[in-house]
Amino acid sequence: MMKIRGRALKYGDNISTDLVIAGKYTKTLNKKDLAEHAMEDLDPDFGKKIQGGGFLVAGSYFGCGSSREQAPVALKEAGVLCIVAKTFSRIFYRNAINIGLPLVECDTDVIEDGDVLEYRIGSDKLSDTTRNIDLAVSPLPEIMVEILKEGGVVPYIKKHGGF
Amino acid sequence: MNASGPGKTIAEKILASHSVSPEKKASAGEILFCEVDFLMSHDTTGPMAVQAFENMGGVKVFDPSKIVFIMDHAVPAPYERIANMQAMMRSFAKAQGIPLIEGGEGVCHQIVVEKGFVSPGNLVLGADSHTCTYGALGAFATGVGSTDMAAAMFTGKSWFKVPETIRITLKGSLRKSCSAKDVILKTIGVIGADGANYRSVEFYGEWIDRSSLSDRLTLANMVVEMGSKCGYLCHPDLGIAADKDAKYVLDVEIDLDELVPVVAQPHAVDDICPAKDRSDVPVHQGFLGSCTNGRIEDLRVAARILKGRKIADGTRLIVTPASRTIYLEAMNDGTLQTLIEAGATIFPPGCGVCVGTHGGVPADGEVVISTSNRNFKGRMGNNKALIYLASPATVAASVLQGRITDPGELEAE
Repeated sequence: MMKIRGRALKYGDNISTDLVIAGKYTKTLNKKDLAEHAMEDLDPDFGKKIQGGGFLVAGSYFGCGSSREQAPVALKEAGVLCIVAKTFSRIFYRNAINIGLPLVECDTDVIEDGDVLEYRIGSDKLSDTTRNIDLAVSPLPEIMVEILKEGGVVPYIKKHGGF
Repeated sequence: MNASGPGKTIAEKILASHSVSPEKKASAGEILFCEVDFLMSHDTTGPMAVQAFENMGGVKVFDPSKIVFIMDHAVPAPYERIANMQAMMRSFAKAQGIPLIEGGEGVCHQIVVEKGFVSPGNLVLGADSHTCTYGALGAFATGVGSTDMAAAMFTGKSWFKVPETIRITLKGSLRKSCSAKDVILKTIGVIGADGANYRSVEFYGEWIDRSSLSDRLTLANMVVEMGSKCGYLCHPDLGIAADKDAKYVLDVEIDLDELVPVVAQPHAVDDICPAKDRSDVPVHQGFLGSCTNGRIEDLRVAARILKGRKIADGTRLIVTPASRTIYLEAMNDGTLQTLIEAGATIFPPGCGVCVGTHGGVPADGEVVISTSNRNFKGRMGNNKALIYLASPATVAASVLQGRITDPGELEAE
């Protein structure tokens, strides 16, 4: 499975889906419109910083609040290759996996903004190559690895005809 | 009692009874595929679900009678892009035979309760995080995103990780100035915003036994604000009960005798403090409504406080009855007249004000005191506004005084 490699862009704890994308911007099916407003209430320069691809790194309880799937869609479209956090809110967790955006649960305290990270989907470790350390990762349930391998639930069901 | 092993919590029982693999025990931590009884989607999450359904090869939904679409997040449509997305949902619903409830009828969760779509023991998914509200009706009801909704509409199934359960016992009774909203805000403050993440909760206690359905809906509605997947108010009428030997991951006791009216401070729903400790905070806007506190009981509490009085200069009050039925009831019994005479602006039933998609957007630096369920930065459409969450009585008392006010303070006068 493909290895994901990129720089860490680091934020704090309790980032709600309202902060990832405000409710007023969610009324569209155009992913580019969503990406344009990703994280803007937290960091107006987010779009520029993540352009070209990178890891979004956060503290605990990333993606709390609203079930809006526009939140992981906006992040993925903006260039987020993988989100690394200590914990995720359960609805966000499902939504991200469902759209084929990999998530990693591990201790993020040692990762600093700008570190180069590497991760292979389903692996039990995340490597911080800047710091030359491997971080232990909470294992993904089998069904989620299968879904991520296909690129999300839509291609998964299209291929298998159901669960 | 369960013959095949240790007792089950309510969440374990419902997932076990819907599992497609009956040989599995359905105990906490297991992943199960389950058949769903009912699905709900609205105008923010529905269009993306329709798109995902079509992209995954969906032609017909598994059973249109087990699905409902409800227009409530931006109604009546404020501009053409939203109008067109709602039109897309209407045409999909018509082609599939899915019942669609039009804008103006009410907030989805209130409608599902009023129409009796959900029964005890049901397994329900809603493409809205406050779907946990139907825990008050004894259902395993939880929020999902649009792709999960699409997959469930197509296959009639979804996967679930069986949650661990926290048992919360509410001891004692509430003072007159407190309400169900104070109980759940206090509970969230104790458990923490992520304290029940991936878990379910069961509430017990004498106050629960005596509480009204409206109160229990307020509690169940906000369990997601402590991360909970679903929550149950274990009332004699719930229609389902945990086994006596069920296993709980944590036991929490909350003393209601000690409780005073509280607020959740910006920008965290678990940052709870007594309303009286914030009496120096000026209030620019009050909001009375939402799936948490937009029921007739809530409107009447506010009307009793505001009757024959005017809200303070420099404050505004927005009221959205949670449904058309409530709107009519409040009109017929004089509640609306009282609120309007006191200075309230009535907004049509729906979610727009709470979620910042339609109406009632505060200005930079303004303070809002709201009966809704979230005070995240940017929630009501402006990331420079400050949102406090409180009970209907505290919101009414606060707009009357123009500052955050413990409603008990008015009784003392």
